[in-house]
Amino acid sequence: MGAMETYTSLVPLLVILVSLTAVPLIVAFGNRPNIREAWTLGAAVVKFLLVFSLLPAVLDGRVAEIVLMDISPNLQLALRADTLGLFFALLASGLWILTSLYSIGYVRGAQEKKQTRYFASFALALSATMGIAFAANLLTLVLFYEVLTLSTYPLVVHKETPEAIAGGRKYLLYTLSGGLALIVAVAWTHLIAGPVTFQAGGFLYGLVEGRDAVLLFMLFAIGAGVKSAIMPLHSWLPAAMVAPTPVSALLHAVAVVTAGVFTFVRIIGFVFGPTLLQDIGVWNWLAGLAALTFILASLLAFGHDNLKRRLAYSTIGHLSYIVMGTSLLTPAAMTGGILHIANHAVMKITLFFCAGAIYVKTHKENVSSLNGLGRRMPITFAAFGVAALGLAGIPPSSGFVSKWLLGIGSLQAGQGILLAALLISGLLNAGYLFPVVYRGFFLRPDGISAGEEAKWQVDEASYMMVVPLALTALLSLFLGLFPNGVFHFYDMAKAVAAAVLGAG
Amino acid sequence: MLDSFLGHYAYYTTTALMAVGMWGMLVKNNLVKKLIGMSIFQSAVILFFVAGASKHGATVPILEETLGLEDASLYANPLPHTLMLTAIVVSVATTGVALAILQAIYKRHGTLEEDEVMERMQE
Amino acid sequence: MPILIVLAVLLPALISPAFGFTRPGYTYPLAILGAAGAAALSLAGLWRVLSSGSISYHLGGWPPPEGIELVLDPLAGFMAVVVSSIGLIAIIYSRRSLLAEIPGKFSAFYGTSLLLLTGLLGIVLTGDLFNLYVFLEIASLSAYALIAIGSKQAPFSAFRYVIMGTLGGTFYLLGVGFLYFSTGTLNMADMANLLPALVGSHAVLAAAVFMVVGLGLKMALFPMHMWLPDAYTYAASSVTGLIAPIMTKVGAYAMIRILLTVFPLSYVLNDVPILTAVAWLSAAGIIWGSVMAIAQKDLRRMLAYSSVSQVAYVGLGLALANPLALIGGLLQIASHAMTKATLFFIAGAIRFRTGTVGISTLAGTARRMPWTSAALVVAALSMVGIPPTSGFFAKWYLVLGSIQTDNWAFVAVIVISSLLNAVYFFRILEQAYLAPETKGAQAVSSTSGTQHSDSPRSQEIPPSMLWPILFLAALILIVGIFNALVVTEVLRPALPVGL
Repeated sequence: MGAMETYTSLVPLLVILVSLTAVPLIVAFGNRPNIREAWTLGAAVVKFLLVFSLLPAVLDGRVAEIVLMDISPNLQLALRADTLGLFFALLASGLWILTSLYSIGYVRGAQEKKQTRYFASFALALSATMGIAFAANLLTLVLFYEVLTLSTYPLVVHKETPEAIAGGRKYLLYTLSGGLALIVAVAWTHLIAGPVTFQAGGFLYGLVEGRDAVLLFMLFAIGAGVKSAIMPLHSWLPAAMVAPTPVSALLHAVAVVTAGVFTFVRIIGFVFGPTLLQDIGVWNWLAGLAALTFILASLLAFGHDNLKRRLAYSTIGHLSYIVMGTSLLTPAAMTGGILHIANHAVMKITLFFCAGAIYVKTHKENVSSLNGLGRRMPITFAAFGVAALGLAGIPPSSGFVSKWLLGIGSLQAGQGILLAALLISGLLNAGYLFPVVYRGFFLRPDGISAGEEAKWQVDEASYMMVVPLALTALLSLFLGLFPNGVFHFYDMAKAVAAAVLGAG
Repeated sequence: MLDSFLGHYAYYTTTALMAVGMWGMLVKNNLVKKLIGMSIFQSAVILFFVAGASKHGATVPILEETLGLEDASLYANPLPHTLMLTAIVVSVATTGVALAILQAIYKRHGTLEEDEVMERMQE
Repeated sequence: MPILIVLAVLLPALISPAFGFTRPGYTYPLAILGAAGAAALSLAGLWRVLSSGSISYHLGGWPPPEGIELVLDPLAGFMAVVVSSIGLIAIIYSRRSLLAEIPGKFSAFYGTSLLLLTGLLGIVLTGDLFNLYVFLEIASLSAYALIAIGSKQAPFSAFRYVIMGTLGGTFYLLGVGFLYFSTGTLNMADMANLLPALVGSHAVLAAAVFMVVGLGLKMALFPMHMWLPDAYTYAASSVTGLIAPIMTKVGAYAMIRILLTVFPLSYVLNDVPILTAVAWLSAAGIIWGSVMAIAQKDLRRMLAYSSVSQVAYVGLGLALANPLALIGGLLQIASHAMTKATLFFIAGAIRFRTGTVGISTLAGTARRMPWTSAALVVAALSMVGIPPTSGFFAKWYLVLGSIQTDNWAFVAVIVISSLLNAVYFFRILEQAYLAPETKGAQAVSSTSGTQHSDSPRSQEIPPSMLWPILFLAALILIVGIFNALVVTEVLRPALPVGL
């Protein structure tokens, strides 16, 4: 962001504080569900509006900044809304509104207990996510990273069954370990470079080299890799599917994992920088590992009949697209990778929304039991189909746009084999997602003959769930046709790539 | 060798006493014997200090008219003596507390053998 | 001025038995008065020292090096504040817990705890090596007595502590003897001037070893920690709440004074591998304590092993002899004092309400004692080292210090132990918040414990016990968030010269 000018503004801080203040309010009104939900929705809307208000300035090249306090001598807790940060914040806050609406429908429909704890943890998790997005330096990012881990734990173990508790333990084990690796990496960086904030093109070049640099990068990679579910650090993600579906939707398809890949982009682009990375030669290993991950994950997805687990493996795969894109260090690949953060989020959240709606209405969790439901829940299954198209990379959905860019980027980097891998995984994606649509619309439900079907008592889930999933499905199409529509995601992704690669 | 021993016999003795005391504290099973060992150990250290305070041809550190004040080497070093008075007091207090605790142990468990007490503690 | 701090607790300690015989109830306010006085004076003292420089007081008017000197410098001031404040909070907390567990010894507790605080504050403030021994034994004797008041297994644990503690104190005394006979002085500052010339002496080496072993016993440095688990587990809850946070820390402080200010730094670092040995023993202690803690079923025993591990962090901090690491160690002293106090208070609170402290019986605690459980969460996070608690920042500085001195093994030790801590602390949180309440646990909670007229809906503990816990939990967060302030204003000046 060489040409960016900064100005001090309270808005980044307010964005974080909005949902933070919602937490005690939610707890206080625990016994009045409607008011309590109003706080959640209100906070989500206000947050989104605040974030959106920063967009014009960022597109103009002006970055809002605020330094909060010294969190350690010479290290400051500081927030900065630069292009990448705003990208993530817009995405997360916008989707939170829809997820909150969906959550309300879900917990009421499924009659979950401990709803207050659920909504309060959600609000706290979103505050942490905003903190990560707007973090101006590594230590601030790490602090919010750990808070995110903690605030999502009650959400993962929400159901309080033995499976949930076990899933929670695995989640915690992986994410805390990753967090510790990250902390050590940040401490080392601080000792090498002093109190530096993120800079496009990195700031470590010249300060560290050779074996030390590789070691440092590996520490960072482990730290961010756990949250990004890179293999072999990915096992927590399928295990965390014991959480209620809205949790899986936002947090594990959007916020937590996206925080992970976001951190990766920060590290690659704003800490190490392309020159240093090319010098130490890790980028091709990382890209290769990512490609391996998405092929493997796509194959593993076939083996899981449980819908949410299948979607979990799909997430693992797509996150690796992003990591691969970023590590290829070419303009198109990087733009594609960053853009895919948004595209994947929108599409994946649609899929999870659909899975949750199906569960609430029919208590069915497995793909093989979804026969015939499409005829009863047409909107849900149609949305699923649209999102599936996107994930497979078929135009005119947004998934196609990012995949196209990733493909071009691979060629630019001279790694044609990665293009092949992309195409193959696109086919695999179609392979494990389309059966859902096919079964839903074209097969007869098990155990019910043609004649009885008309009396089958199943229909769409409540509007609070159906509206969000329809909206996100439509959004994925919209972003495919107009990648810059409303949110300017494409422009922002391109700007980040240019800044990182141009300056470094 | 011999006159090194003769010259430093005090230190060798105190070391031996310390060893005896430690052995008693750590190896003996009876709690009272442990306490005695502790006492021996502390006394050994006290003796060490006092031995270190002595000088050739010096007398006790009480002012004597005939010797006068000018030559300090005529008196043994009084400072360690005072320190050890304090240490003796500490030792006495510790022994007192320990004995009180032993009484309480006996009241609760009815025995003063370490292994038996540990057995009875688990019940 | 420093003498006032000590007198503030000594005088009430001496008056206390008189009240104990006539009006036992008065010993409680008396103790609070004494501790509060000491705390206030410590704070004032620290403030003054930070602005105008160290204060020295000569006992009886005799000038050092012959006379005994009390020194209030930033390090001593910091420790005095920590010790007296935690002591005050522990005393405030103790009343209800004592009445429930050991009612007959009410006044004895207060008199003896004031004596304990006298000893500890004396250790912190003294500038004379032998004087340190005297105060060390005063504190230890009070601790032995306090621990012996308790449940069935308490006297034996106390006796074990007597044996090992006296061994430690006597070793320290022996070390002092060697140093005295080599240099002719007992004053710490004077000694620091004289020792560099004696670097090759066997006596000095022996002295260093004896002192490290002696103080290591007192601070429960691995492998001299054997007395700690039993002592902390079987003592009364209030006793552990008072002793656990501060006693071993003062031992660690003594080790910092001796190894880093009295002995020449290059001597202990380079000539003789004393600091290296302490560092590795600390590392072993960190891992050992964490591993043993995982295996425990009794909450207090688990916390006791955890204490072994946490005090070893301070040992590591001092042994690295690096400014950042030592800042981490000092911050850890404060952080762990607050955190362990909170945890033991909570254990005492649970015992107060349910009569038992097994981990498996914690189910449903979150519902019955919401505020206590919230404090438990904060304390657990601090132990594991999750921002923004003070525990995280203590570890942060330790990691920085370790990386700076290229000790990657210790970085690994800190990371692994944090994960181990997470295992046993999250298990507790799981039990408290998530585990379904069995019929047995419910029966236990409703029939045993104290009978109070509190409604069954809220089984929260009485205010005199709850407020200290909440205050400490808040302090953990505050010190964590504002640690930059603490480090620059208090801890940096407290670092020994030459680091």
